[in-house]
Amino acid sequence: MTKYLLTLMSLGAIVGFQSCKMKTTEAAVSGDAASKVYVAPGKYDEFYNFVSGGFSGQVSVYGLPSGRLLKVIPVFSQNPENGYGFNEETKPMLQTSHGFIPWDDEHHLALSQTNGEHDGRWLFANANNTPRVARIDLKTFKTVEVLELPNSGGNHSSPFITENSEYIVGGTRFSVPIADQEAALTQASFKANFKSTVSFIAIDPTTGRMKIDFQVVLPGMDLDLSRAGKGPSHGWFFFSTYNTEQANTLLEVNASQKDKDYIVAINWKKAQEYARAGKGKKMATEYYHNTLNEENHTATSEVEKEVLTLDPNELKDFVYLIPCPKSPHGCDVDPTGEYIIGSGKLAALIPVFAYQKITKAIADKAFEGDYYGIPVIKYEAALHGEVQKPGLGPLHTEFDGKGNAYTSFFVSSEIVKWNIKDLKVLDRVPTYYSIGHLMVPGGDTKKPYGKYVVAYNKITKDRYLPTGPELTQSAQLYSIDGDKMQLLLDYPTIGEPHYAQAIAADKIKAQSAKIYDINVNKHQYVSMGEKTTKVVRAGNRVDVYMTAIRSHLTPDNIEGIQVGDEVYFHVTNLEQDWDIPHGFAVKHAANAELLIMPGETNTLKFVPTKAGVYPFYCTDFCSALHQEMQGYMRVSPKGSSVPLKWHTGKTDSAAAVAAVR
Amino acid sequence: MKKLSVLGRISIFLVVGCVVALWFLPMWRIDLAAPQYPEGIYMEIWINDVKGDVEVINGLNHYIGMKTIHKEDFKEFVYLPITLMVFCGIGLLVLVLNRKVGYYVWTMIFLTIAGVSMYDFWKWEYDYGHNLNPTAPIKVPGMAYQPPLIGYKKMLNFEALSQPALGGWFFIVAGVILVGVCFYEWKRTKNQLR
Repeated sequence: MTKYLLTLMSLGAIVGFQSCKMKTTEAAVSGDAASKVYVAPGKYDEFYNFVSGGFSGQVSVYGLPSGRLLKVIPVFSQNPENGYGFNEETKPMLQTSHGFIPWDDEHHLALSQTNGEHDGRWLFANANNTPRVARIDLKTFKTVEVLELPNSGGNHSSPFITENSEYIVGGTRFSVPIADQEAALTQASFKANFKSTVSFIAIDPTTGRMKIDFQVVLPGMDLDLSRAGKGPSHGWFFFSTYNTEQANTLLEVNASQKDKDYIVAINWKKAQEYARAGKGKKMATEYYHNTLNEENHTATSEVEKEVLTLDPNELKDFVYLIPCPKSPHGCDVDPTGEYIIGSGKLAALIPVFAYQKITKAIADKAFEGDYYGIPVIKYEAALHGEVQKPGLGPLHTEFDGKGNAYTSFFVSSEIVKWNIKDLKVLDRVPTYYSIGHLMVPGGDTKKPYGKYVVAYNKITKDRYLPTGPELTQSAQLYSIDGDKMQLLLDYPTIGEPHYAQAIAADKIKAQSAKIYDINVNKHQYVSMGEKTTKVVRAGNRVDVYMTAIRSHLTPDNIEGIQVGDEVYFHVTNLEQDWDIPHGFAVKHAANAELLIMPGETNTLKFVPTKAGVYPFYCTDFCSALHQEMQGYMRVSPKGSSVPLKWHTGKTDSAAAVAAVR
Repeated sequence: MKKLSVLGRISIFLVVGCVVALWFLPMWRIDLAAPQYPEGIYMEIWINDVKGDVEVINGLNHYIGMKTIHKEDFKEFVYLPITLMVFCGIGLLVLVLNRKVGYYVWTMIFLTIAGVSMYDFWKWEYDYGHNLNPTAPIKVPGMAYQPPLIGYKKMLNFEALSQPALGGWFFIVAGVILVGVCFYEWKRTKNQLR
């Protein structure tokens, strides 16, 4: 992919050069841009902007319009900053059928929706590499569920969502032999053995819990992006696909042969009926389903053993293909749900399909043939029209709710605004540089806010102070209030931002949790107050029940630990005050620290390999006496007779003070 | 004419009503604000409880060696409801006896309760603010942390505002009614004698 993009970029450079007008790299920012993004100290931003962290595996949260980074939420990668994936409670979140996988590549985000609008309950994220989807609770901004997807390779067209959060999807980018089969890497073998699956993950409307309801097994091709229908097209899902050539090597050339690939249209309501009617096939498989219980602060893994598959070759009339030029990438549905915009990344035009025409074509059987038994609708029968000469390398389209579409162009590095009905180009602005996705707050819903468009760019050379060969990626904020788009701000981002979502701050701010109520802390190793702290040995396992409160740890002196013991520090933060976390670190601990929220319990595992005295301390500056929040653990040689004992402040403090004087 | 006026008798219901309100509404409120607490923290004193951000306040107190506040440590939370219940009972007795002198005595009892309560509150605040742990981490020479009995005071990084809460205002209204009616009855007696 990268190679291919690089080729395109150099192509773009040549084309750009020939169209002459040597542009300077300084953005033309007009005078009042700063005041439009200035959020005064103490004031809040208007939107939360959730940005996928790309290869960082995290989600970053920015305020808009200021572009200020508010939080990084660890999702698919370990995060030493707060112990996610390192502490005993969250390790199960990163378990998969192939063991503990502490990294992933996260591309897209989807906010939960009700009636086609963002409702602020959950945020879903995809993992591309080891196919997974995650759910983040927007009360606590914590990853609370990770579901692995079987029969998938490269979970790219994910986790797009339906208008009432009935389903999120996981479509495979790399077709793979299903049921974890081995297969030869030849074209014949590819055609015979490789399949593309789409997982329909049902969302429990009250708990948000995910479950693979069914998988649709498609012929081997690369499913790229997806959108759910809405309004009239509710009940359908649309996927862009490339490599319908079914090449298995040098796709840069071999997957660019056909003039048109497809948009896959899946009638999920019909698929659901088939599944309910028992028409699918149950396939034995194994995949992990990890959930974090926020009452006991502990994640657990379950292994699912079965998945229901639907084959469009056997079960008819729920999957159709629409030809789309050329190697389509983006596949976006406008707020009315009537128009489906394909973006052939090698095409010099943007095809716009009309849902009414698609349904009519299906009714009239206006097919040009079939692909592995799946009907292919005639291009012209589904087409609303084409946007002519929009730019080079169209990728993604978002909407302002006023009948306008905004498409990102990777090669010509710009955003182009055009009218959906008459397909006329209205405005264009350069981006710096190589834009991928773009996002209008609510731009994927029935009611976009239509105030800003944000570009997520791959390249930033000369935009910021240089930082060696490795540079940041960036987001750029444009005002789309008026007729002309206007660049207001650019801000660096973590990872490589792919897609993003934004929601009005009001929909989340008020529901934000401040603390965990310690009275309902059901952690197995909680200490409900300092009096219940203790150290318990069972064989070579030692459980330290510890508490943290400003400004001491209890116990802060521990003796009787031996080399090779498995020491579990279960630290409960006794605070019940907002913004008073405590950290916990032990010298030479081989994992990370803990960062424990008020009322929460977290566990750090430590196995000492040498005798000695190990200091431990609070890492999060908690109070005026934070520096004093420390203690010691004495580790004796294996088989030592030092008895297990612990305390905090049992020495005569009055005498100690006198001695200091 | 030693009997109460109609107004006097009605006022007994009002006073009892105002006092009974204390079972449902907080008496007193202390608000605290500091740079680190822009949203403010507060403590509410009820006749039988102390509510609000008590745990937060307790967490902060240990830096300067103040005692932590616990509901169980207040004998007042037992005595005060009993005293006020007895007071209301006496009021009903005054109503039945229908004698002015009874009303005057009843008012005196009220004023005594109010006076003793405020003195007790002040004494608790004094003790709370002055009786500090000698091993406290932060010691500011000459500094005491007695919250204001009523009104505003700045203590280190905290600003404190102490004032009656809604129930307290009902109590004050009860006092105003009592004193006002006493005065009215006394005037009425004088006029009738003339």
